[in-house]
Amino acid sequence: MRRTRIIAAIAAITTAAAALTACGGGTATGNGGNKNPKTLTYWASNQGKSLDDDKQKLTPELQKFTKQTGITVKLEVVPWTDLLNRILAATSSGQGPDVLNIGNTWSASLQATGGLLPFDDQAFAAIGGKDRFVPSALGSTGAPGKPPTAVPIYSLAYGLYYNKKLFKEAGIANPPTTWAELVADGKKLTTGGHYGLAVEGANNSENAHHAFVFAKQHGGDFFDASGNPTFTSPGAVAGVKQYIDFMANDKITAPGDAEYAQNQSVQDFAKGKAAMLLWQAAGVQLKERGMNPDDWGVTPVPVQSGAPGSGANIDTMVAGINIAIFKNSQNRDGALKFVKFMTSDDEQKILNGKYGSIPPVAAAQQDAQFSSPELTVLRQGLARSAAALPQVTKESQFEELVGTAMKDLFADAAAGRPVTAESVQKRLEKAQQQMGG
Amino acid sequence: MAAPVTAPSRDGGQDPIPGSARARAPRRTYKVGRGAVPYLLVLPALALELLIHLVPMVVGVVMSFKELTQFYIRNWGEAPWTGLSNYRVAVDFQAPIGEALLRSFGITCAFTVLAVGFSWLLGVTGAILMQDSFRGRAALRALFLTPYALPVYASVIIWAFMLQHDNGLVNHVLHDQLHLGSKPAFWLIGNNSFVSLVVVSVWRNWPFALLVLMAGMQNIPDELYEASAIDGAGVWQQIRHITMPSLRPINQVLVLVLFLWTFNDFNVPYVLFGQSAPPAGDLISIHIYQASFLTWNFGSGSAMSVLLLLFLLVVTTTYLGLTSRGRRRSA
Repeated sequence: MRRTRIIAAIAAITTAAAALTACGGGTATGNGGNKNPKTLTYWASNQGKSLDDDKQKLTPELQKFTKQTGITVKLEVVPWTDLLNRILAATSSGQGPDVLNIGNTWSASLQATGGLLPFDDQAFAAIGGKDRFVPSALGSTGAPGKPPTAVPIYSLAYGLYYNKKLFKEAGIANPPTTWAELVADGKKLTTGGHYGLAVEGANNSENAHHAFVFAKQHGGDFFDASGNPTFTSPGAVAGVKQYIDFMANDKITAPGDAEYAQNQSVQDFAKGKAAMLLWQAAGVQLKERGMNPDDWGVTPVPVQSGAPGSGANIDTMVAGINIAIFKNSQNRDGALKFVKFMTSDDEQKILNGKYGSIPPVAAAQQDAQFSSPELTVLRQGLARSAAALPQVTKESQFEELVGTAMKDLFADAAAGRPVTAESVQKRLEKAQQQMGG
Repeated sequence: MAAPVTAPSRDGGQDPIPGSARARAPRRTYKVGRGAVPYLLVLPALALELLIHLVPMVVGVVMSFKELTQFYIRNWGEAPWTGLSNYRVAVDFQAPIGEALLRSFGITCAFTVLAVGFSWLLGVTGAILMQDSFRGRAALRALFLTPYALPVYASVIIWAFMLQHDNGLVNHVLHDQLHLGSKPAFWLIGNNSFVSLVVVSVWRNWPFALLVLMAGMQNIPDELYEASAIDGAGVWQQIRHITMPSLRPINQVLVLVLFLWTFNDFNVPYVLFGQSAPPAGDLISIHIYQASFLTWNFGSGSAMSVLLLLFLLVVTTTYLGLTSRGRRRSA
């Protein structure tokens, strides 16, 4: 009796632990082909205000594609929180979509898994040629010297969004162009429940993107030339500290922002709770949240001194979304046709118009709808003062680990604990050690 | 869950099979040895058990000996064998990864002791108070069971909303209405996240303790209470000398099951904190998830899981050994 009981109990724990031990299963074999030429599965990233919104925006375009080619497209919109895990699971099991969107900063990491189809000359020819794309956007599609495993579909850049009404009330004539000005303005704007700047403090990707740009402005980098992490280089530490200091030291950011991860900072800006916001193409989102388009303006992200440019005057990352083909696709020709369709001049104008982003296809960028004041600022940023995140295999780990480190530092700042160069360095050192070998 | 299961009696094989099996035997074209019947009956279950539990576990153990990083996930077979190096990294408590694992283990132990302790205490209190029937007992019982019946995600996300710093109900009540503390506290980041975890976990699990203990109390004969009352025993003495000893076997299993669930809990921290838990709420399951999924090192994550499995096995066998021996002696 006692033995059966123990055995039964052991079975119970093994069951419980199996859930942990057994992440994934199976080996990916098979190399794709054209066995299934009539259908495609497409994983779209969540670009609109909701998954449903994306479905509504994409469906008419997919129907057009079906009409042209006879290929049915099964659409699934995957939220950002799940997308990378879903791609990893698909890569390890070999069971995935045919075509998928990826965050462009993940390009080199996903390229290294070998799960995505490389766009060699032949593949580029099939989608209309490499030179149709804007060079800066192509700079974030994989490690240099290797055929990219994705092509850009939506381009984005950071801009400084500011609330014109609140600026006027505080007696500030022009938006800031340097961080010193931004902090000074922010202090004037931080009164009576309003704050100067909203940040998305618990969002790993947002944190990591800002860390990258701020580090660049301090002459630092998170990776050296051979792709090894240098999280504790003086420039990286100074950059991260400057960003955290908006809350910790300058007090122009609400402590509550430390737990924001679901775009609450956009909401706070739209509702006038915060007067400034650093965001990628926020226009459409602000409109959807009920903010009057006349109430906000956009200006380039500030720099330490001077004007945005190259080197230490970089003020934005090359942000955006790439589209990729899963290597195991059983409809490779159809997938190439679909990518060609999605990156065609006409579709680029329609899709980027719907999402408020910038087409990475040069011909489509000329369209008048992308010359609004907002997109002009972002477009100039991309052309003049943008840098791509490091195209190294460990990029996605960098985003998660440095992003988490900054989330913890924001938590310290929110709780009123001091954030010093030393504490920042220590936390970044821990993140670097977690990168492993 | 675990202990009440009694294995199918092995004697069954020696009993003559009821019905006309023997009478029909001559007509059968082939015979199955009578001793094999019970084994054949459990075969489908065994095959499924192997497929669903054992195979993935073995795969997990195999993974823990490989360097399974992003470069190899597409074809696991190509991943190089690393021997014990994943384990060495995990248990090297001087180095950062091992130190973080140890810290997470310590937090999980503290969390488990508190969460199981409070769940059990609330469960046993509730069960004793509701032992005698009174008006509205059924309604109250249903109400108490609600947290357990709700889907995890839905209920925990509501807690996540309530625990928000700016607009959460908890801060509204504690700070705005009761004026506790000089400024609203953070519950989802920083050190308080540990408190949030314990509260939400107790809230979710105590109804299970209540349910099991109430069922157990149904089996205590009323005569015992009546007899003890005649002998002059008070309520406390009844609880100490009748209720608790009668519930002993139930408690043995209940505490074990609660321990395993709580120690392994992934859903509550994941829904409360998202992918990266704050340091104070860094439970082991989410830590392992982070070690494998966020850093794409599945070999290292598997090694940590195997260590966790071994730990749970040791704890469980020790626990069952000790409690069973104690009971035999007292019997």
